[in-house]
Amino acid sequence: MADPVVAHADEKHDDEHDEDLRPAWSLTRDAYDSIVLANPLPDRVDRAWALGGATGKGVKVCILDSGIESGHPLVGKVAGAVVMSVDEDGNGVAAEDSEGDLCGHGTACAGVIRSLAPEAELYSVRVLGAGFTGSGKVLLAGLKWAVEQGYDVINMSLSTTKRQLAEVLHELADTAYFKRTVLVAAAHNMPVESFPWRFSSVISVGSHEEDDPLTFFANPDPPVEFFARGVNVDIAWLGGSTIRATGNSFATPCIAGISALVLSKHPRLTPFQLKSVLYLISSNVGGGP
Amino acid sequence: MSSSDDRLHAAVAAGVLASEQQFGSLLRSIVEVARAIFRARGSSIFLYDEETDELVFAAVADEREQSLLGTRIPSSTGIAGWVLSARTPLVIDDLQNDPRHARDVAEQTGYVPKGLMAVPLLHDERVLGVLQVLDRPENSRFSLQEMELLGLFANQAAIALDLLGSARRARAALEGTGDAATVARVAAALDRLEDDRRDAGLALLRALEGVLSQK
Repeated sequence: MADPVVAHADEKHDDEHDEDLRPAWSLTRDAYDSIVLANPLPDRVDRAWALGGATGKGVKVCILDSGIESGHPLVGKVAGAVVMSVDEDGNGVAAEDSEGDLCGHGTACAGVIRSLAPEAELYSVRVLGAGFTGSGKVLLAGLKWAVEQGYDVINMSLSTTKRQLAEVLHELADTAYFKRTVLVAAAHNMPVESFPWRFSSVISVGSHEEDDPLTFFANPDPPVEFFARGVNVDIAWLGGSTIRATGNSFATPCIAGISALVLSKHPRLTPFQLKSVLYLISSNVGGGP
Repeated sequence: MSSSDDRLHAAVAAGVLASEQQFGSLLRSIVEVARAIFRARGSSIFLYDEETDELVFAAVADEREQSLLGTRIPSSTGIAGWVLSARTPLVIDDLQNDPRHARDVAEQTGYVPKGLMAVPLLHDERVLGVLQVLDRPENSRFSLQEMELLGLFANQAAIALDLLGSARRARAALEGTGDAATVARVAAALDRLEDDRRDAGLALLRALEGVLSQK
């Protein structure tokens, strides 16, 4: 019997649809070879297996934020930077960005990731700074563009409260999930409903008060799934400076950085597997510290 | 204009006028309470102006000049702009290490804080502005409890601001020419009717309400 992937491919019209229709919707008995895992998890997943010796090398991490100050002592080289806008037809447009960071926040996130995963490649997709009006659409366009680029990890320390954007955001989050792009999103720390952190296809992050960036906790009571260091953190800021800050914004890149470490050692992990690994090595599950 | 029409207008106008005054009082109260509960040196509010896509310096409780009220800044730059756009609170210390911020803020408001807490004023899906609390006590380590308090207080402030925003729209309903003005005129016409016709008019409006409420 034909390989189920090939069988479906016969019905398709172009390569793009090939991607859309994989994997197959069923598994015939003689196709079991097609589901042999490229990256089986060991009997015991611990930090030594998940992170030991990892540097983030080869992992592309995108920071969807206010830009990044390239060359900041705590950030180093930025591999690529674009600024997003939306044209008259509502299509996202990505242009090379030479503005750096308009606020400091994106640089802060980049610095946290760099401190944990020193050899990860950092990319900036700037979605803030062009005026508040229309910022929701720019955010969506930026996320769509980032997902299309196939980054391994996207750090999103921001959210929107607009419900009309939630459906598209949800689709984008699911697309990222199936394309092996891990979307790490900051949970809101106010009594409001916002997106995309509430979606189960993303990894959502809140703050704890410990000082160690590798200490993180799995939350048995989601929607917030993990708590990472986010209080009184020394972070990179504008002009090569360092400041002390608090917010789930800074807990999120901790998990993004740890994700980059895991993926640099185990590059074939799916977002589902990665989230499982993060759970297993969480400080309250057995992963210490 | 009939006397009852006059009375209706007078009543609504009096109420709305009070609301306008209360709006300023409420803004001042919010910043004063924010300053008090965090034992901070100051507090301020930037309100978002949808028409111009700017943040307007709307209230202040510290040594800064009241004359700075009304100062406008771009809606999406700096810390307040980030908080507005990202709809997420941010707490920063050692702000003076950021020379650009220090210069910008000094030019805008004449006061450079060492640290600030900035929180969006969110109501339903909308962002009404940004509340800032400046310079908490030195040597006071920030805690998640304070972050929660900040969020809860900002939420309450946003609800109050939105309520008074409704009062402002009531004035527009009375004075404008749009859909809301039509409703106001219907209310005025109903008020002028004699008992029987008034009852009939009310019954008609209730029926209309039922129709409009159907999904």
